[in-house]
Amino acid sequence: MNELPTKSYLNDPKGLKSWLLTLDHKRIGLLYLFSIMAAFALGGIFAMLIRLELLSPGKDFMEADTYNQLFTLHGAIMIFLFIIPSIPAILGNFALPLMIGAKDVAFPRLNLASWYIYILGSAFAVYSMVAGAADTGWTFYTPYSTETTTSVISMTLGAFILGFSSIFTGLNFIVTIHKLRSPGMSWFKMPLFVWGLYATAIIQVLATPVLGITLLLLIIERVAGIGIFDPAMGGDPVLYQHFFWFYSHPAVYIMILPGMGIISELISVFSNKKIFGYKAIAFSSLGIAFVSFLVWGHHMFVSGQSELAAMIFSFLTFFVGIPSGIKVFNWVTTMYRGSISLKTPMLYALSFLFLFTIGGLTGIFLGALSVDVHLHDTYFIVAHFHYVMMGGTVMAFLGGVHYWWPKIWGRMYSELWARISVALIFVGFNVTFFSQFILGSQGMPRRYYNYLDQYQPLHAFSTYGSWILGLGFVIMAVYLVHSLFKGRVAGSNPWGALTFEWTTASPPPHENFATIPETTHGPYDFDKIVPKRTLTED
Amino acid sequence: MDTTGTIFLPPGQSTISGEVDALFNFILFASILLFLLVVILSGYFVFRYRRRTVPGTTYGKDHNVKLEIAWTVIPTILIIIVFIWGFRTFLKMRVVPKDAIEIKVTGQKWFWSFDYPEGVNTVNELVVPVDKPVKLLMSSKDVIHSFFVPNFRIKMDVLPNRYSITWFEATSAGEYNLFCTEFCGTGHSEMIGRVKVVSEKEYGEWLEATAIPAEGISPVEYGARLYQSKACITCHSVDGSLNTGPTFYKKFGEQEMMADGSSVKVDENYLRESILNPNARVVAGYAPVMPTYQGILKDREIDALIAFIKSLKEDTTANDE
Repeated sequence: MNELPTKSYLNDPKGLKSWLLTLDHKRIGLLYLFSIMAAFALGGIFAMLIRLELLSPGKDFMEADTYNQLFTLHGAIMIFLFIIPSIPAILGNFALPLMIGAKDVAFPRLNLASWYIYILGSAFAVYSMVAGAADTGWTFYTPYSTETTTSVISMTLGAFILGFSSIFTGLNFIVTIHKLRSPGMSWFKMPLFVWGLYATAIIQVLATPVLGITLLLLIIERVAGIGIFDPAMGGDPVLYQHFFWFYSHPAVYIMILPGMGIISELISVFSNKKIFGYKAIAFSSLGIAFVSFLVWGHHMFVSGQSELAAMIFSFLTFFVGIPSGIKVFNWVTTMYRGSISLKTPMLYALSFLFLFTIGGLTGIFLGALSVDVHLHDTYFIVAHFHYVMMGGTVMAFLGGVHYWWPKIWGRMYSELWARISVALIFVGFNVTFFSQFILGSQGMPRRYYNYLDQYQPLHAFSTYGSWILGLGFVIMAVYLVHSLFKGRVAGSNPWGALTFEWTTASPPPHENFATIPETTHGPYDFDKIVPKRTLTED
Repeated sequence: MDTTGTIFLPPGQSTISGEVDALFNFILFASILLFLLVVILSGYFVFRYRRRTVPGTTYGKDHNVKLEIAWTVIPTILIIIVFIWGFRTFLKMRVVPKDAIEIKVTGQKWFWSFDYPEGVNTVNELVVPVDKPVKLLMSSKDVIHSFFVPNFRIKMDVLPNRYSITWFEATSAGEYNLFCTEFCGTGHSEMIGRVKVVSEKEYGEWLEATAIPAEGISPVEYGARLYQSKACITCHSVDGSLNTGPTFYKKFGEQEMMADGSSVKVDENYLRESILNPNARVVAGYAPVMPTYQGILKDREIDALIAFIKSLKEDTTANDE
């Protein structure tokens, strides 16, 4: 019978102060977990309200201005407070040092600082909600954002500060991965989640400063009246769009690359099978990171940029699709001749495969110039984006949370309720968002408070989906919290995985490992090694 | 041209829509094939190799050069086809035929106005002849808007600091929706116009009739027409119901409380000022968001609108749409 270790990072040392001043990467991961989940809940409630208002055309229960603020807050919170930090800051912080056999990240103090900066940035974002929330959309397009009377400054300042948190985490991970790998862990013996975090960290460090500069220029324009983007003051609004997307397109890969890393772990472990095409997956992450810097103009095919620019951006955009396709094929092939277990994390990985494939393929429509002209700024974009970000990143994140949960807490959640929840989320998600592909290609523009009657059936259908989706998340919150107190003790390696984090106790001790482990085999050598399982199959 | 539409696409009614739809359907078809490949293979593997007992070691082959080349090269060829196809049609969208009729489009919060070479001006209603190329020279008076007609498969941003250009040639007569697709504030989703495609003969007649308006109708009737065609209707009701702006119903001659606390009698001069300089004195409870109609309405049109608003003093909703 398994038992929880008497001393672990969770209870040693004790006290609130020891948590707020902790330098332990695992504790910092948990600080991030609670704050980011709060942001996710808030953004989710806003999403539910938006869908509710769209149940029928015209005013249901809120004014147009309120609606405009809600979709802005939903977008800004989900992007800046939830999805960008989610996987790196929570799961990356917790798992990265464990996975490479290190005691901690390279700069523990910088790590803690990044969390405080996250809280400070979030405080600005929350303040802006109270002080007349911004109504510009999360993209803050000028000149609307320089004209509106809502609190654009505190929201953009929030995003600006959050950017530093992201840079700190990225910098820390790059150094950690370079310098702190266990003896014998060459680059190609690193788990693929580590490769995903590495590629992500490079984008975080290189692209985020551009967002910072852009938002700062926007603030300067609003405060000092210096014309940069506002044509009334001699600026150029399209320049803003270039600046903004120069960050925000690579940022999409900040969101998806670590998710892809998690999927590689899950599919290999739950198929008990060596990953197919390790190097192809690792290099495609770097390839995506590189090309992602060169495709921002595909957000601007109808903005008035030149035909030549449009052509180049369209061409490069397609080439960011190829490495993603390669990954999908590698994951599918990994399952061939494996021993596939359908535990909750694997169900999330399979959901990811299904939804991310749709998300990726619908990106081809948008990369094609003539078709994009029709689909740009319609619900098709909204659906595509949610299939990639929620169907992709969030599914991977939830898969990762369910995978490392027994390592984080030492206890298991209810498998039955977890499966019910994943089923509801999968069905609810498709009902909510697949309908939006059809709405969009039929011409329904995005960010519309009101809409023509012809679009109502699909809007109503989408809203019903959001209720199923919401129910799935409520169930998840309940069984996860329940598991902390009543969950079955998991033991060090409940899934039968081969990476280092599963060789130490669950929850791990403060210093992770009694002695620094040596790398004697690859992370997925299921063809040579039979892992020791601490939980029996049921 | 496809005039029925599919589950995904609305009927296509311009010379360009057929090409766009063909590529859309090609990508759709290829995507469904690739998607089925991924899902069926995954589903088969999950079933065929499901875990039955505690696993031992498993099959260890982790690469296959031929397979990996195939799944890199085939998608690459596919996307190059899609890229070239999309770019060719895109160029046609951007190159305006020489003989196109040129109409000036102005976007502003929250309506569209159109200026014809013949001196005709309309709001939220673009009337064009069928089977004739129409060039739109567009600019915005405030923030960025975007001009989108789903049935024609055209869309172009409308910017405040430069002209943008798009064109179309409608292939069948009818009325089509015109949406603003760049978020522009409170009334963004109300910024919907209509494109009326008529025969060339009807177009000529319409131009003539609109160029010399108000022949043989009373100022009140003329004002009622302008109330709709110049988009007053978007924000002002004539039945007393609440909207973005105050209702016109029974307003003439009344005392109104202004936002600054003063009180103003709604007379001809106040109405004229509110049309030409709307934010000078705003009724309490309303945001100062109305754009000026300076340069859009001629004097006699303003007179007619005032006459129309006056006529709503009596208890009649006959003018209500």
